Amino acid sequence: MQHNWNFASVFAYWDVLLIGLWGTVYIFAITCVLGLGFGLVVGMMRYSKAWWISYPARVFVEVFRNTPVLVQIIWFFFALPVVTGVEVSAFTAAALGITLNTIAFSAEVFRGGIQSIEREQWEAGKAIGMNYAQTMRRIILYQALKRMLPPLTSRGIEVFKMSTLASVVAYSETLHQAKLIASYEFNPIEAYTVVAIMFFLVLLPLVQLTYVLERRFGKSD
Amino acid sequence: MTPVVEIRNLHKSFGDLEVLRGIDLDVMQGEAVVLLGSSGSGKSTLLRCINFMEEPTDGRVRINGDLVGTERGGRMQYREAELCRLRTRVGMVFQHFNLFPHMTTLENVMEGQVIVLGRSKEEAKSKAMQQLSRVGLEDKAPEYPARLSGGQKQRVAIARALAMDPEVMLFDEVTSALDPELVGEVLKTMRQLAEEGMTMVCVTHEIGFAYHVANKVCFLHEGRILEQGEPQKILKSPDSTRVSEFLEGHSLFKLPD
Ligand SMILES: Nc1ncnc2c1ncn2[C@@H]1O[C@H](COP(=O)(O)OP(=O)(O)OP(=O)(O)O)[C@@H](O)[C@H]1O
Ligand SMILES: [Mg+2]
Repeated sequence: MQHNWNFASVFAYWDVLLIGLWGTVYIFAITCVLGLGFGLVVGMMRYSKAWWISYPARVFVEVFRNTPVLVQIIWFFFALPVVTGVEVSAFTAAALGITLNTIAFSAEVFRGGIQSIEREQWEAGKAIGMNYAQTMRRIILYQALKRMLPPLTSRGIEVFKMSTLASVVAYSETLHQAKLIASYEFNPIEAYTVVAIMFFLVLLPLVQLTYVLERRFGKSD
Repeated sequence: MTPVVEIRNLHKSFGDLEVLRGIDLDVMQGEAVVLLGSSGSGKSTLLRCINFMEEPTDGRVRINGDLVGTERGGRMQYREAELCRLRTRVGMVFQHFNLFPHMTTLENVMEGQVIVLGRSKEEAKSKAMQQLSRVGLEDKAPEYPARLSGGQKQRVAIARALAMDPEVMLFDEVTSALDPELVGEVLKTMRQLAEEGMTMVCVTHEIGFAYHVANKVCFLHEGRILEQGEPQKILKSPDSTRVSEFLEGHSLFKLPD
């Protein structure tokens, strides 16, 4: 098949793409921070011995881990206003879907990480008079975070790429902006190729940063 | 004189399994008590009931006269905050050291002082260095546990417990996980503590240590103290055949005449 590659027709719209990139970074930052933060809370709830704390957390995790984010976003955008009578913006719908999914996934990572710390560490904290919260915060979480860094990193990458799902409700992130260009210029192949390259170029240095973090955590080995 | 540890009619069950069946024991100021007994006789459980890592099913524990827990309807009730405070008064050292791997030696020894006792960083640091030099490890202060030998780790664990200024120290087979050539340095540290007048309760299979250091040896059997007394008596001419069988079966049993 013959194709005349014409990337200039994409780069002519660099300002449109830049808006998209900003939209991507913006929704990523918000969903990632909220997702990991509440994920930690839900993960600790999952770990609780009291059923009335752990059970709701478990239901939450299973619901949002086992439904497609794309469907959630569409549902929040179209159905939530019908149910609640409140208008939901494209950004809110998309951020909600991605955040809930991230909470559910990272909660499982946090729970697993906390569980992986030996019982002896709890006992050592207890033996010098620390209470549950002090031991969790000072002894357990720190060690668990170190073990969880790799899975959390891949989760972060996943969240960054998941932001493209927001294009389904026309939130102006990178993929959506590329679609616009493609529809003006009839150059979808070039436009989407540029999207892929942009994601790669942003993610690669971000991942390097996590290696630095891992080294910092690893200084006690 | 009030005993540092006073145990009365202590019972502990795990489900249907009754592990401790009525223990009475007094540990006086400056005494070193060694608990002997075969595997499963309840030695660890007894130690863990003294600092309430396990809550007794029945009975009373007093530390320097203070009753632990409050009595309600004939049963003892324990609050988390009370037990945390109690554990600062009763130090414990474990078989597997259980140092905090993400903290340096110094930070390990400072942690409880700062977080639990609320001491200032400077005070905690100077206290920690004092305890580290007491166990001969002040030069290891900036090292992480992963870089220490087993014997050094155990001595740091002892320093960590001592830094809380406990009224009594509990040792649960603290040399059992060590290579034979490292056992000596830890026993020496414990002996030195005993000579400095630290009140301690030790579970150990080091009969030589019991003989030379302990003021009192208790032999546990099926959750009861079968025999107790001076080491010279218990270790050389026990009344119970069970104790003599236990001592004969012990490969490390070698006493000077
Ligand atoms: N948390 C627990 N839950 C259930 N059973 C327990 C628990 N802790 C101890 N036991 C049981 O209690 C009994 C006494 O255990 P304990 O650890 O006190 O013995 P020990 O004298 O210290 O033995 P060892 O020399 O092997 O360390 C054992 O049968 C053990 O299986
Ligand atoms: Mg034991």
